[in-house]
Amino acid sequence: MAIETKQILTIAQKEFWDRIRNRWVLAVTAIFVFFAFVISYFGSSQQGVVGFSSIELTIASLVSLAIYLVPLISLILGYDAIVGERERGSLDLLLALPITRLELLLGKYLGLSAALVFSIIAGFGAVGVFLSYQLDLEALAQYASFMLSTILMGLSFLSLSVLISVMAANKTIASGTSIALWFLFVLIYDLVLLGILVVTEGQWGGDLFPFLLLLNPADIFRILNIFGLEQVKTLYGLATVFPESLANPWLLNGAMFSWIIGPLGLAYWKFK
Amino acid sequence: MKSAIIEVKGVSKRYGEIHAVNAADLVIYKGEIFSLIGHNGAGKSTLFKMMLGLLQPTNGEILIRGKNVNGHAFREVKRRIGYLPENIVFYDHLTGIETLHFIGKLKGADLKTCPSLLDKMGLLKAARRPVRGYSKGMRQRLGFAQALLGEPEILFLDEPTTGLDPAGIREFYQFLQELKEQGVTIILSSHNLAQIQEQVDRIALMKMGDILTVGSVAELRQQLDLPLHIQVRLDPKAKDALRRALSGFAECELEFGEGSLMVTCNTKRKMPLLTTLATTEGVTDIQIQEPSLEDLFLGYVSRGATSQAVSALT
Repeated sequence: MAIETKQILTIAQKEFWDRIRNRWVLAVTAIFVFFAFVISYFGSSQQGVVGFSSIELTIASLVSLAIYLVPLISLILGYDAIVGERERGSLDLLLALPITRLELLLGKYLGLSAALVFSIIAGFGAVGVFLSYQLDLEALAQYASFMLSTILMGLSFLSLSVLISVMAANKTIASGTSIALWFLFVLIYDLVLLGILVVTEGQWGGDLFPFLLLLNPADIFRILNIFGLEQVKTLYGLATVFPESLANPWLLNGAMFSWIIGPLGLAYWKFK
Repeated sequence: MKSAIIEVKGVSKRYGEIHAVNAADLVIYKGEIFSLIGHNGAGKSTLFKMMLGLLQPTNGEILIRGKNVNGHAFREVKRRIGYLPENIVFYDHLTGIETLHFIGKLKGADLKTCPSLLDKMGLLKAARRPVRGYSKGMRQRLGFAQALLGEPEILFLDEPTTGLDPAGIREFYQFLQELKEQGVTIILSSHNLAQIQEQVDRIALMKMGDILTVGSVAELRQQLDLPLHIQVRLDPKAKDALRRALSGFAECELEFGEGSLMVTCNTKRKMPLLTTLATTEGVTDIQIQEPSLEDLFLGYVSRGATSQAVSALT
């Protein structure tokens, strides 16, 4: 089946401009700027220092922030992509036009992704620019790779939310499921893994654990960032159970990409 | 020579135990105005959506211009199809012109036609206002404008006159006739049967997923042999004279009131009846009420169509 890029771009363009017009992009960018700024400045106050300390500690603090905030924002961004159109009654009108379901889905995803990526780059980028006068090139590269992995994590949760929006019978179910997924991936998953590890005193599943971490995009994000930072590696409990052999950026990024493509593919299959 | 543009072949749609549409067969010809009529839940909207490829039939197939509506080749056909869904919903934050641009782009239509379409629908002044502030009638007009994007060959209109005032409805049907003259095929569904009967070439009567009958309004009237009503105004003194004059119409039902008479009779007796009434002293006015589509519909639905009539017409 032929895919028409023009149709995808028309949908994507509308989704993106909708988010600019309703000030979604502005609001999310402001949230990112505010928190990133506060964290990079006060992040090491636990150590009794205020002000920018080191790029590694700053990134470590930003990772803790992004891991809560970005999945939530991405899930909220995408949960009504399809179910919203269906509930409003505009889906039939769209599908009666010469556009395929795949094009509609890709267009939605692309447009929402653009809004998300724009906010992440503008928000964290602004803070990056602000920090840049204190950073050398290597530190800036580290910061850039943090931003890139934040984008990838956002895209994977956005992909999950689009899957939810295809499968949910209505918007209420879709929003509930999104929040539940956020709890699962961001709060519960690691706790359960740690719990098992502690209860079985490391007897059960120890070898399996690193792979289980790959089943959670938030964990992949954490590992991607923490493994680059020698200084903070030891601050994180879970990262220490992750063997060096699996800390291959190709593997980690590959896993992240499958979290983007997988749910989206499933969403298309369901939508069809 | 009539050429088929839409062919519905043995199409059924089942939802579990529910038969939304049962083995429907239908041919719609190029350039005609065709209407689906039925109560809510009769299967009209389901059939409509299957014709547009929005729903997949459980059995059977639908071809538009020879292309299966669920096939890949249907995309090209779709560019020349206009669709006005029932209770159309737009994106409230977009303006009228932005709405047309968005839909027009997806349809591959010439966007330069958007202002003139809005003008035709009386919406040019509201073109730059968000749809949020549009009245129900304005939304319906905008819905009609978007359906006309890309010079459609086929128009699907689901309950098209919802929200329009009487003047708007009249204008709408005038416009429909213009489109028909340009060779556009129009398929519409409506609850307002009285309104539709003057406007459509043929109708399909649907009940509980079955197509009971298909034909022109005249054909269906003949099939069902529905009675004719004549309302007569008369000088009260002429009552007895009129009763005598109508003695030859024993099979007709006469209902005298104060200065009025209602005659209910077989349509075949129309001309002799009118002649008698017109030549009787004291008759001041005659109004003929032909059986409406409503009568027709109620007749069919309450009595149930005889299998003979169904097979004769479908």
